[in-house]
Order: sequence, then C-alpha cells, then structure tokens
Amino acid sequence: MYKEVLLVEDSPGDVRLTQEAFRDANKSIRLHVAADGVEAMAFLKREGAHSYAPRPDIILLDLNLPKMDGREVLAHIKADSVLKTIPTVILTTSEAETDIVKSYQLQANCYLTKPVQFDEFASLVKIINDFWLTRVKLPQQMQP
Amino acid sequence: MKSDENGKESRRIEVLLVEDSPGDVRLTQEAFREANGAIQLNVTTDGIEAMAFLRKQGDHADAPRPDIILLDLNLPKMDGREVLAQIKNDDNLKTIPTVILTTSDAEADIIKSYQLKANCYLSKPVQLAAFETLVKSINDFWLTKVHLPPHG
Repeated sequence: MYKEVLLVEDSPGDVRLTQEAFRDANKSIRLHVAADGVEAMAFLKREGAHSYAPRPDIILLDLNLPKMDGREVLAHIKADSVLKTIPTVILTTSEAETDIVKSYQLQANCYLTKPVQFDEFASLVKIINDFWLTRVKLPQQMQP
Repeated sequence: MKSDENGKESRRIEVLLVEDSPGDVRLTQEAFREANGAIQLNVTTDGIEAMAFLRKQGDHADAPRPDIILLDLNLPKMDGREVLAQIKNDDNLKTIPTVILTTSDAEADIIKSYQLKANCYLSKPVQLAAFETLVKSINDFWLTKVHLPPHG
C-alpha cells in the first residue's frame, strides 16, 4: 500500500532533495508538495484544486513559509478534530529553542532540523522513512 | 547532542519507562545500555507511580524531568491512556515527547492514542532480537536525531 506524505516546503532545492532521498529509500511513498501554508491547508481540507487530495499518512512541515507560517499551519492541524491525528513532523533549518518549545506546545509529533550537507540530508530522510514510515504504527486511513 | 551551558559535550538523557512487566523492563534496560551510555532509564511500574514521578510527589521529590516517556497502555492502578491524557493536559508536562510502547496492535488503541496526543505509537515485538532492534531505533531516532524540548 502506498504511504502518502505531504511535504510543506517552499524551497525548491529542499523539495527536490527530499523527493530524491525518498525515492531512494522507499518506492511505495507518494510525496505531495505544498509550497506555502495556505496551499497546505487547502490540500488537507480538499479545497479548490485539491478536492481529490488523499489524506496524508504523515506531514513534514517547514516552519518558515510564505502566506501562512508553519506554526499557524501546525496549530490549525492540531485544533482540527479530523486532521489532528495525522503525525506532523517539523523539518526546519531553525535550531532556536523558542521554535522547538513552541512546536511541542502546539503538539508537533517531533522536531527535526534540516542539515545543510546533501549526504546528511539524504540520511535524515532515510531515517524518517525507517522510523515513521516503517516502525511506527500510523493511524489507519479513514474514509472521508 | 548539543553542548550545554557548562560546555559539556553531552549530558545524561533521562528516559521514563512506564512498564509493569519486569521482563520487558529488563530487556529495555539492556538494549538501551548497549545502544547509548548517556541514557539514564527511570522505571515506574504503574500509572499512579508514573504521575507521582512526573509531578515529583512523595518518594519522587527529587525525580528528574524526563526528556522522553515510553508508555505502556495496559498498566495496573491507572491505565496508560489515562496517564497519556493527564500528561497532555498538563501545561508543564505536555511538551515531553510521549511514545506509546505496547503489545496492542488494535486499531482502536492506535487511533485513541493519537487522539490523546501521543507523539508516536510503537508495538512491542515478541521476539527478543526484534525488541532490541526496536529499542535501538528509538535511540537512533528520538534520542539522536530529534531535537527534544529543553529542560524547563
């Protein structure tokens, strides 16, 4: 069965690296990309062009995003009774303690920082695959 | 691990394991010891004791704040779902990542745990080697890669 991953990321370079690293790690992943917070919420709520969007098994969420920032996206997800059970992993360049604490307060499932080096980035994506998409029991897909 | 204020390269990682099976406690201790020498594994064997540890009550007045909690669901006195609900409704405790570690594969337990804001849900394998691999993967992911909230 396919695993549906929603990546919310505005940097085209990081999107491409994530796509390539997931492709190497796990063929059964379908990576969906939203480039800003407003588009991410439209995808999750199946609005507009996203009316046929699948429910993601997991969300990888950057914090610094155009239009609606990642903290607000996270708050929306975790305040929504339908969406809140989707594991939401923060994936950001910020190592600021205020961002880490704030994310856990907003019920992020975990907080990871993006390494700058390509090989470390690929290895982080592989670890996300090995842990979240292989080991962890994710909530089963529910019919809408 | 980031350097702390004293410039030490690493500090102890405090793990609270809430588990009533002595066999599983021992296996977890041994697997963590092999995986990571910096881990201090604290054990409580029922839900009431877990909450006393977290709230530094009674015998647990000097208990450290855990960096992460590994929580079984089926526990004596107060069950793991109730412990999880209390942790995630407590402003002081709710930022501590809480990982469900249970033998239950029931869909109802999985969804209920995520509704109660578990950070992730893992099922305990029966085979010893698979159990050790799982503990190692918890160490490699949660205690190595993840940025945990600082001790508040």
